[in-house]
Amino acid sequence: MIKRIFTPIKKEDIKDLKAGEEVLINGTIFTARDAAHKKFSELFKKTGKLPIDLRGAVIYYAGPTPPRRGGAIGSCGPTTSSRMDSFTPLLLKKGLAGMIGKGGRSEYVRNAIKKHGAVYFIAIGGIGALLSKKVNSSKAVLFKDLGTEAVYKLEVKDFPVIVGIDPKGRDVYAKK
Amino acid sequence: MRKIQVAKIRDVVKRLCLEANFILRKDVLAALKKAEKKETNKRARAIFGQIIENARVAKKERIAICQDTGMAVIFIELGQEVILAGGDLNGAVSEGVRRAYSEGCLRKSVVADPIERHNTKTNTPPIVFIKIVPGNRVRITVSPKGFGSENKSRIKMFKPTADLAEIKAFIIDTVKAAGPDACPPLILGIGIGGTFERCAHLAKEALLRPIDKHNVKRHIRKFEEDIAKEINALGIGPMGLGGRTTVLGVNVEEFPTHIAGLPVAVNVSCHATRSASAVI
Repeated sequence: MIKRIFTPIKKEDIKDLKAGEEVLINGTIFTARDAAHKKFSELFKKTGKLPIDLRGAVIYYAGPTPPRRGGAIGSCGPTTSSRMDSFTPLLLKKGLAGMIGKGGRSEYVRNAIKKHGAVYFIAIGGIGALLSKKVNSSKAVLFKDLGTEAVYKLEVKDFPVIVGIDPKGRDVYAKK
Repeated sequence: MRKIQVAKIRDVVKRLCLEANFILRKDVLAALKKAEKKETNKRARAIFGQIIENARVAKKERIAICQDTGMAVIFIELGQEVILAGGDLNGAVSEGVRRAYSEGCLRKSVVADPIERHNTKTNTPPIVFIKIVPGNRVRITVSPKGFGSENKSRIKMFKPTADLAEIKAFIIDTVKAAGPDACPPLILGIGIGGTFERCAHLAKEALLRPIDKHNVKRHIRKFEEDIAKEINALGIGPMGLGGRTTVLGVNVEEFPTHIAGLPVAVNVSCHATRSASAVI
């Protein structure tokens, strides 16, 4: 039986996850990629606040294609997570509980994940058409002028991911 | 002389942008199916299954194979006996791209200025290469290139006395550095020779060759096979989670070079390497 994770995430619910384990995400997740992360960081420097409450939230590193008429979303696979590394410790400090992306993370991100008891999930890259079936709705909620790089609020059902870095800091990509 | 309206070129560019983004190349799909069959790692096998299923859904529903529908790279082989009529060729090509990305619900991933970074919202301009060739036809190839893998590409100017082992080590190191980020199993386009820019161009062109076709030169063919074998022995596997296939194909293109140098470029491409061609 594959474990289901519901958002917003309670740290208690994820503490036993193990790197390499497959799980299904359910609930609201927010897309944010390079441009949105840079804006988060700039706004925080300017105002001391983030424009969005990230407590228990899951951020999906993704820039989807637009939906066809009547559809929820277009192709929506993950983008490379490591490009978001330098912005991640701040977001974790502000309560971010989970991230979904592809590829490895820096050691300092791994340490920050461990420190905050958060989790990094890996989604399979290059299967965006298939993953679109797991998204019930999408709506741009922040930085709409960024187009595909805006922050979208997605409602997902059984969105399939693999635990990349678990709350204890174990990394599926760690050299054995 | 043969007259061709640029509107015709615009329409073909549009059709090829859509085809490339919705329909996975036959050679790539065949290689994925072969890799799935020989995979012994359970997770890797399951990932291959999902990649193949994704290609089926994308084609059937005309939804992009990958959300990174790329910067459109367009190669035009223009017959020298062709007269282009009805307007500006580059404008027509751009308009074909704009229409495809708008009407086909593809992602607009192009920013107008690399520093200021405002999205053009049209996925234009494309990257266009025009080559004049004999004849009275126009061959157009569209290759939407995703940047997850483009970012991992490298070029190195070797000494002319470098041997194949050094070149191979550079290529393998490039794949290791790409790791899981570039969506393995990869396809490698490798350029050897020419000048700095020609070498990178050769690497890009190499990605257009079907991966079941080797370089016609015997020593280059052997080099392609050796690199593939060594990389697959690394066990990086699909999405870097382990497995027997890390590269689906290695394509090398070479060109004469200078006595003082030996440029080598590796254009890294993902398991969703896309392109489509047509002849007018």
